[in-house]
Amino acid sequence: MTAPIEIRSAPHVQAAKTVETIMRNVVYSLLPICAFYVFQYGISALASIAVVTAACLVTERFFVRTGTQAGRLSDYSAVITGLLLALTLPPGFPLWMGAVAGIVAIALGKALFGGIGFNVFNPALVGRAFVQAAFPTAIATYTPSFLPDRFTEFIPSTLAWPLMIPADPVPWLKAKSLDALAGATPLAKWKFDGVMANADELLTSLSGHMAVGPSPALILLCGAYLAARRFMDWRIPLAVLGSAALTAWLLFAFDPARYPNPFFMLFSGGLILGAGYMATDMATSPVTPKGMWVYGALIGLLTVVIRYYSGLPEGVMYAILIANAASPLIERITQPVPFGRGVLARVKKRATYPLNPGYISREEASAVTPKKRFLPKKPKK
Amino acid sequence: MKLVSYFRGEAFQRGVHPPSCKLTAERKIRRLPFPDRVTVPLSQHIGKTPRPIVRVGQDVVRGQPIARSDEWLSVPHHAPLSGIVEFIGLRPGMRGTWIESIVIRAHRGATQEDLWGRPRDLSQATGQDILQAIWDTGMVGLGGAAFPTHAKLSVPKQARVHTLVVNGCECEPYLTCDHRVMVEHAADLIAGIRYAMRATGAVRTIIGVEDNKPDAVLVLRQAIVDAAAAGATEEIHVEAVPTKYPQGSEKMLIMALFGAEMPAGGLPIALGMVVSNVGTLAALGHLLPLGQGLTERVVTVTGPGVAKPGDYRVILGTPLKFVLDYAGVPAVDALDTRQVILGGPMMGQAIGALDVPITKGVSGVLVFRREDMQERESRQTYPCIKCGECVESCPMGLNPSTLGMLAAKREYDLMGEQYFLGDCFECGCCTYVCPSNIPLVQQFRVAKQILREKAAA
Repeated sequence: MTAPIEIRSAPHVQAAKTVETIMRNVVYSLLPICAFYVFQYGISALASIAVVTAACLVTERFFVRTGTQAGRLSDYSAVITGLLLALTLPPGFPLWMGAVAGIVAIALGKALFGGIGFNVFNPALVGRAFVQAAFPTAIATYTPSFLPDRFTEFIPSTLAWPLMIPADPVPWLKAKSLDALAGATPLAKWKFDGVMANADELLTSLSGHMAVGPSPALILLCGAYLAARRFMDWRIPLAVLGSAALTAWLLFAFDPARYPNPFFMLFSGGLILGAGYMATDMATSPVTPKGMWVYGALIGLLTVVIRYYSGLPEGVMYAILIANAASPLIERITQPVPFGRGVLARVKKRATYPLNPGYISREEASAVTPKKRFLPKKPKK
Repeated sequence: MKLVSYFRGEAFQRGVHPPSCKLTAERKIRRLPFPDRVTVPLSQHIGKTPRPIVRVGQDVVRGQPIARSDEWLSVPHHAPLSGIVEFIGLRPGMRGTWIESIVIRAHRGATQEDLWGRPRDLSQATGQDILQAIWDTGMVGLGGAAFPTHAKLSVPKQARVHTLVVNGCECEPYLTCDHRVMVEHAADLIAGIRYAMRATGAVRTIIGVEDNKPDAVLVLRQAIVDAAAAGATEEIHVEAVPTKYPQGSEKMLIMALFGAEMPAGGLPIALGMVVSNVGTLAALGHLLPLGQGLTERVVTVTGPGVAKPGDYRVILGTPLKFVLDYAGVPAVDALDTRQVILGGPMMGQAIGALDVPITKGVSGVLVFRREDMQERESRQTYPCIKCGECVESCPMGLNPSTLGMLAAKREYDLMGEQYFLGDCFECGCCTYVCPSNIPLVQQFRVAKQILREKAAA
């Protein structure tokens, strides 16, 4: 037989969704967020996004080329890491530090573990945690949004020479007759000055010169797109936000004077970005549905606790990193119960037909059930 | 569970929705001509292999028993055509191994019009008699598993059966043979259901049909009304269940109809039910009163590589090449035919040679061309990105992601003991959805085989 037919193992059809399509759609959904971020902060933000993403891609390329990590450049996962990392950094973050963050994110956060799918921690957050420890001043220096000449002029700290301490933006801001405090994030303002931002400012980050980072409303919208097209799991963001809101609300109810309201907790800082894009990173979150709830709830709880009781204004990053570390354990204790192995054989309340027809009695059953067992071994007549 | 499932009220949890591609749903069943030579493999079903009861050189009549066994879990085979037994020995089988077969050459000029049978009046027969008659027909489950039907319908002494569930889901893409049988042979199906109810002692029958076959539902409901008008007193319902793969699995169908989870490792009889396929019961309803043997079945010949796709009534033992030639597979020897699959695209078996015969368990023949496979072949395989798609699609509620990682590490014992590998029925949902293109179900098949060998050793 010369027919060139081939043998493959079933199934012979496959769904259209691939790793590339998932990653590409995440990138698409991040683009509006990035565009708005650039609109807020001007060319400094644009340069930051470009440099950080480029650093991630170059590092990924290096490790893929040397063969130490799985996957390839075209899978877009390094682009996601770069974009997310850039969005978590202050807009005026020195570019060379941003490049360091990108290199560390891919090298230590991803390649070290073996590449796509093997990383234990979210690579973008590993990069950010590194620069937070290495450059504590630069990462806490936020500049106000919607400066009048943001599209023509870089924030001075952006263009610091490599390995040099960036310029302090305060004199630059003073020259623009702006209060230096206007550059603080709402969380820092609340933590250190006891000033609370208004809801509309937080949600859209459109009004005033408040340094709120990417717009939470836009992130929610883009996240909803991803969840609707099932490129992201809807449970994790819901669990993160729900548990953060619940914890914050309990504390708020306990002492409204000392603790901010839950709405402020949800929409200030990076919680929305973290819940929508960081916590949902597939490789670092549990695969089991129950595990996703536990994991998300842990992040929400830890975020609020860190924000309230630690010296840091922001806690999302550490909360997610800790939950990443706990995720294999969470997965192990939340294995799904296989079909038919529940404690009780589960029966749904609203079924089309009753399991046992009530009108059959044992007598009727024995009357219609054959009495003898079929035994073809017996010699037939 | 997916978010929408909360609101839609799906039949069973998880599962997938592959594109249905039912190209042949509107076409009538046509008969394929008789080939001049048929090959009847002796091992066509689960259970003991029957032994030939004919000699080489013997003349056989169409429908005459040619192989049988006295074992309980075994059925006889019948001559698919009138002719002369040419050869008894090893012939290529669908699994790539050579299996013992009986080759019959048709008599030149034989019309093949008559079918040997022993008509009998079953109106007063007991359940035991009906089971015996079913055994005589050589009937096995025509849905694909090929489990002897008399064994399936016989109820153990302690158990009692109140419900006969008839599986008309046909959840596999492309296949339409059950659909066409329901539409065209509804009366036979009702007759077969009535025999099966008498054999099992069931008091009600529920036919589960996926709602992508509304015409079948209508025809069956009409057939039930007609049967009742003709004096049938049995309670038979037809239920349209939401379309989803793998609804044709009996566990999933029982879940969809009764909302009950079958205990793991158990049979439907534990819930007082017997599940049978529509094709099987329709064939029974036709064959039992005539006392004939199963010598032909309806096979869907379809796929992008077939010029004349359709549901064909095929003589058992017909070589696949003959079927494909007739259905217009353009130049099987040319490079554009790349894959021939027996069964559906989700669970069917790709075969390596076209001289294997159609057996009792073959429900479809699928032909894919080179360009149909190209998209899949060019796909890159990634490491598991732990997206959780497989966990959300596994109808058995397993964790294919973790199982796949354990399989890669060859931790087969751990897979079996802690992650319930034995519950997997290889529906292929996990591989279907995997964005990383990991051959999950293929790994599980290997793992299960290794565990079986370990258990046997």
